[in-house]
Amino acid sequence: MSTAAFSPEIIAQHQLTPAEYQKIVDILGREPSYTELGIFSVMWSEHCSYKSSRLHLKKLPTRGKLVVQGPGENAGIIDIGGGYVIAFKIESHNHPSFIEPFQGAATGVGGILRDIFTMGARPIAVMDSLRFGRLDDPQTGARNRRILGGVVAGIAHYGNCFGVPTVGGECIFEPCYDGNPLVNVFALGVCRKEDVFYAKAAGTGNPVIYVGARTGRDGIHGASMASAEFTEESKQKRPNVQVGDPFMEKLLLEACLEAMQTGAIVGIQDMGAAGLTCSTCEMGSRGEVGIEIELDRVPQRETGMTPYEIMLSESQERMLLVADKGREQEVFDVFRKWGLEASEIGIVTNDGKLRVRHHGQVVAEIPNRELADEAPLYARPHVARVPDLPASTRKPADIQTALPTLLAAPDICSKRWIWEQYDYQVRTNTLTHPEQTDAAIVRVKETGTSVAMSLDGNGRYCYLSPREGAQLAVAECCRNLSVVGATPVAATNCLNFGNPERPEIMAQLVDAVEGMGDACRFFETPITGGNVSLYNETLGEGIYPTPVIGIVGLLKTAAPVTVPFKNAGRSVILLGGIGSCDEARFGSTEYAKEIEKQLWGLPPAIDLDHEKRVQAAIREIVVAGLAESAHDLSDGGLAVALAECCFGPAEIGAQVDIPSDLRPEMMAFHEGPSRVLLSTAHPKEVCEIAARHGVKASIVGVTIEKGMEIRQRGNTLGSWEIAALRSAYKEALETHVR
Amino acid sequence: MKFGVIVFPGSNCDHDAFFAVSNNLGQQAEFIWHDSHSLGDIDAVILPGGFSYGDYLRCGAIAKFSPVMQAVKKFAADGGLVLGVCNGFQILCEAGLLPGALVRNRGLKFICRELRLRAGTTNSPFTSAAEPGRIYRMPIAHGEGCYVADERTLDELEAEDRVAFRYIDNANGSMREIAGILSRERNVMGMMPHPERATEPLMGSSDGLVVFESMLRVAVHA
Repeated sequence: MSTAAFSPEIIAQHQLTPAEYQKIVDILGREPSYTELGIFSVMWSEHCSYKSSRLHLKKLPTRGKLVVQGPGENAGIIDIGGGYVIAFKIESHNHPSFIEPFQGAATGVGGILRDIFTMGARPIAVMDSLRFGRLDDPQTGARNRRILGGVVAGIAHYGNCFGVPTVGGECIFEPCYDGNPLVNVFALGVCRKEDVFYAKAAGTGNPVIYVGARTGRDGIHGASMASAEFTEESKQKRPNVQVGDPFMEKLLLEACLEAMQTGAIVGIQDMGAAGLTCSTCEMGSRGEVGIEIELDRVPQRETGMTPYEIMLSESQERMLLVADKGREQEVFDVFRKWGLEASEIGIVTNDGKLRVRHHGQVVAEIPNRELADEAPLYARPHVARVPDLPASTRKPADIQTALPTLLAAPDICSKRWIWEQYDYQVRTNTLTHPEQTDAAIVRVKETGTSVAMSLDGNGRYCYLSPREGAQLAVAECCRNLSVVGATPVAATNCLNFGNPERPEIMAQLVDAVEGMGDACRFFETPITGGNVSLYNETLGEGIYPTPVIGIVGLLKTAAPVTVPFKNAGRSVILLGGIGSCDEARFGSTEYAKEIEKQLWGLPPAIDLDHEKRVQAAIREIVVAGLAESAHDLSDGGLAVALAECCFGPAEIGAQVDIPSDLRPEMMAFHEGPSRVLLSTAHPKEVCEIAARHGVKASIVGVTIEKGMEIRQRGNTLGSWEIAALRSAYKEALETHVR
Repeated sequence: MKFGVIVFPGSNCDHDAFFAVSNNLGQQAEFIWHDSHSLGDIDAVILPGGFSYGDYLRCGAIAKFSPVMQAVKKFAADGGLVLGVCNGFQILCEAGLLPGALVRNRGLKFICRELRLRAGTTNSPFTSAAEPGRIYRMPIAHGEGCYVADERTLDELEAEDRVAFRYIDNANGSMREIAGILSRERNVMGMMPHPERATEPLMGSSDGLVVFESMLRVAVHA
């Protein structure tokens, strides 16, 4: 092995600090080889090592009675009863999606799907949390529209071809995402409890087998790219973005699940970020064994690849597995049946080291544990900076025109243009189409149980208060699940922030993690895994802190209670009451954003205990079959939620009169949480259940055949034809995209 | 009745078709691997939706060379019932078992949406249980579902009463609103909407059962 001290420039190019380099020298007891330098640089990148966030992630709750597998594996696992488990996780693909939207988003889907099926679970649902810059901005609008179109097409291309339904998600537009879109992909799979596989190598002498696509020069240093800010030169990093092949992934899925059934596989891990490097050293480290590989046996797409390139390539659709010695052939036979290449590239050893040979020569020899699990850990300074935003000069309130404006706002309007490009039905488990219910619901045919899932994150709230914003996101997800009658059971998170080396950004991360941890503890939804994406900055401009949470819940399989009103003459009940708001708490609303064109103050106030009681009440009401429709109040508040309930096939409307002394625009549009709007033929029973939970249930009006009207203490604030509201809501995104 | 469901590499509605006919129709079903040279002992064969061979080159263009397609052709020539759904319809067109072709949707985007259809004829083993004039709701999920053919072929399809389904909502821009067609002998049908995705109330519609129930009638009377 040729080793010599590297120049400070080379070390800096690998995004390693002088102290980190010294740590490498200490671990090895010598200078690293060039291949080893590359291996350390990707494994110790922020993306792979979580070196800035790890200290704080420890504060998150990870245990619970249903948790089979918490953080540390490829996905978290929850017991859903009946002998089955679900595996799920969310991951970001932000940086690649900015550089190459279609492939960046597509490979984001591919990566998270592999994380699920490497655990032995068949993926049955995908959801996406997306953030883009404003589509109508004169300077950046055209680029933002192109990024939106590319990302959506990329997700559709990969998910549709692979055969997993994309069942929901969220999509928000803010100027801070202009140079840094967020693409967070959630995936969920199901398998029998005894069929779970782990990414752990074991058994000295067992063969290490490589399966799937050949290794090329694509994606080299992808993990490091995802760990740096964007500059003018970032576009030159396009070759760092991988290219996805969903057909190959589909074959890999079927072949892996079939090969796992042979009983000849000991452990298996996908090659995601940091490719062959990450999969070998992590499997070795988890199993406390060594792994030795010969790179000449790695299937290659190009000639003349160096060990450095082979080890760092992030070519897609590749898996690494350890099989029982003597039973390799059973594994090879399955892969051959599916037309896939599988090669034995090495063996498990007992010395705890990752040893890499090329043409027989050792080119890297590193202890697995130090490489995979003992990356530098930073307690970065964090000092909160409260944004100084003056309260708005108020425009006179006009509820009549504000409602259609808000319904057509990019954040609120129907996202049909997006979700119709996704096959949300394949596998025939999807019980609703997107926007029909507050949470997506996918049944598990084998158990009679359904899994409800919801993603939420609100950058504006978190910018004003990362702690409260994160709590609100957890509460909203749990509320969405409760509204469809599901009991929230576990969570996954994707933490999108700017440069952690800046104390004010680090403070956002710390506060958000603590807030999220507290809320997840309170709602008993342990976080079983997730992802951290830092350095989301372009030219020194950070994004809003955007922690995204995905929560899953369980319910009995049945036709779901949906958002739209079904019949005229039903009582309209606002469960949780009208709530409170003040000038400061109104500054984070969609009304402030779209009508006042400003952001100020604080996010809506939340009382977690009240929220939990509201959720328990709505769950009981829905499960008892008392609600004909149910929808939680969220962006745009009461008026927007009421309008959305009127957009059913029959266009049943409503007339409500709100006994509130708030200013009219606050009454109509404040975004206080812990509120659910439902229609019922059994108001008395609903009110009784609410009372039992200590929750206010106000009968605010009645559903009617035609039109929608909002009054406040008898004064009409607005009255609309539903068709007009509906077209504002339905056509807005398509108009924005053009 | 026993249905065979063909599995090409990249088929992804194979399980759905299997579930629809076994669970929701209560019939027997078995998967048939794409390199089989025979279909075995079955009464009808389904070419399911998906992305056979990744839709590379052209949808269905590679699948038509799969060994199993020779067996499907023979089965069809012997009068067996062949149903191609979505990618299965594309494969049947590529294989020459049905005329015309499926090209990119008019809007150039993949569309997943429940659409309204009408049976174009009840004179077929796939639509005999249909009620003339009734509206059937079934979803589509495709990027290349716009049916095209030359005028002569279209006239011939209509003259010979071979349009099995027509769109009321023609979301993909198909010529003459064609959603599904029959072979000249009427024992092969291809359609872009997914009947298997509309076979129980939990799926949002049970209207797709009409196709399978029609096929069942034939088998029972055979």
